[in-house]
Amino acid sequence: MLKAMQSVLGLLMLLQSALASAGLSIEIIGAGEHQIPVAIVPMGGDEKLAQAINEVVSSDLQRSGLFRLIDPAGKLPHQPSEVSYPDWQVRGAEAIAIGTVTTQANGRIEARFRLLDVVKHIELVGQAVSVGDGQVRAIGHRIADLIYEKLTGDQGVFSTRIAYVNRQGKKFSLIVADSDGYNEQIVLTQNEPIMSPNWSPDGGHLAYVSFETGHAAVFVQSLYTNQRKLVADFPGSNSAPAWSSDGKRLAVVLTRDGGSQIYLMRPDGSELRRISFSGGIDTEPNFSPDGQYLLFTSDRGGSAQVYRMPVEGGAAQRLTFGGGTSYSPRHSPDGKSFVYTHLSGGKFSISLQDFQSGQSEALTEGGWEKKPSFAPNGKLILFASEARGRGILATVSSDGRVKQHMFTQSGDAREPVWGPRL
Amino acid sequence: MKKIIVSIVLLNLLAACASNKPQETAAASAPAAAVTAPVAAGGASTGATSATQTVVDALNDPKSILAGRSVYYPFDVAAVQDADKPLVQAHAKYLSENAKRTVKLEGNCDERGSNEYNLGLGQRRADGVQKMLELGGAKAAQLTSVSYGEEKPKAAGHEEAAWSQNRRTDINYAK
Repeated sequence: MLKAMQSVLGLLMLLQSALASAGLSIEIIGAGEHQIPVAIVPMGGDEKLAQAINEVVSSDLQRSGLFRLIDPAGKLPHQPSEVSYPDWQVRGAEAIAIGTVTTQANGRIEARFRLLDVVKHIELVGQAVSVGDGQVRAIGHRIADLIYEKLTGDQGVFSTRIAYVNRQGKKFSLIVADSDGYNEQIVLTQNEPIMSPNWSPDGGHLAYVSFETGHAAVFVQSLYTNQRKLVADFPGSNSAPAWSSDGKRLAVVLTRDGGSQIYLMRPDGSELRRISFSGGIDTEPNFSPDGQYLLFTSDRGGSAQVYRMPVEGGAAQRLTFGGGTSYSPRHSPDGKSFVYTHLSGGKFSISLQDFQSGQSEALTEGGWEKKPSFAPNGKLILFASEARGRGILATVSSDGRVKQHMFTQSGDAREPVWGPRL
Repeated sequence: MKKIIVSIVLLNLLAACASNKPQETAAASAPAAAVTAPVAAGGASTGATSATQTVVDALNDPKSILAGRSVYYPFDVAAVQDADKPLVQAHAKYLSENAKRTVKLEGNCDERGSNEYNLGLGQRRADGVQKMLELGGAKAAQLTSVSYGEEKPKAAGHEEAAWSQNRRTDINYAK
């Protein structure tokens, strides 16, 4: 009963933060079961930079659903010696973040940050973070990661990046952005479709499908030099690139020998060999973290479902059953579960299945929710959704409790994928 | 023969009413009528008997069955439906008699399913039409098939009226 009340309260709680600096807006729905109370004190030094950092840190922590922000209410210590612990204990804070930020003579921005334990009166972490001019958001994400790691024990993912496709009329753009959707960078823009971006494990390359040659072909592009290589361009369709976690292999789907089948190659397109042999559509391969298995979508049993097979060959095992069809499976970072898109009763939703129990649970209530991918810490899942008639990016916590909608500036956001931790 | 043409036209009209199919004509995409072109596609050409005695490429005749350039499907199905078989067979006959003409078969899907699954399904649809054209006498060298999956929808909207138009293989003649 208490749990039910909490989730109702969570749903009622709708936080909206629209920052004026970009045309992006973020809505957060729900809250985690146990929220850690933490006070983020605006930093001393440069007031404008401090304000910017405070906004990033606060919205990162709120989006995770795991923190409750305590209002500093006029108390603004910047050094440990200035902190009066009883004041913060009274307000219920378990930890307090303080620090200073300045612009150096060489133009770089430097922040000195400390996280203090209000109960034990000790410093949990202290760090100086320095970035180039104009990268103040990166400082905020780094500080949010440090707070998240110290107080939850899990890796922070706020400093990671995401990739997605933005469609505006007939114009398609491949975009890389910060994990909160800000700091968008265009990797490729064209008037032909772009599909299925996928990160190399080192975060340095994107593989994707482009129709610029008149049909679906697979490209690999460096995010450092922007140089790109056409790695699969056989007759028919070439698609669904997926990297192995050691970065040495790329799984792709080709129709050159009949229907859509899965092949392995090196990321430069060499050493191609077929590894699936069915009369159906086998697509959307995804390597297990240990590189031993592939999850994929297949209609070999009559309808699209999720299957798993050993990379080196062997029988495929069907994993999704029951009503409806299932697509786009992706392993969790620990390899113990996978997320996928479930279509049932005309509604798409994001589901999670535990390998050991074989049990699936819906993480979203259903609508137009597609193409999930895990954050590198396994705690959040990014997917494509729709709201107010537009394709948007969304996240849900892996326990399904906290949801977030990210509205990009314009057009439809689709095919999102969370990048690795660098 | 006239009876057959009339019934095909009726069938097309009925199909249009049932599923909001767009009325397709070749006029916009086909080149200007070739005066010296051979009489093509047998009885399907109605222009050949016109008073002026002009020989018209049946491909450019809006009244010909060849004016239809799209094959439609039920959800998650790639087999050419009975209603569209006469259309595909007429194109096969035309291609077999006009060896210099080439077509690109473009498979499309509605937005239900994943983008990648639909890319596979669209390819299967285009390949299915290609196979039927080959069985009807067209040469493999005249045909290429591609899939656009759900990436190039003709109609927008999350409802059957749009979806039925997007589940489609287009028979696209090179100019």
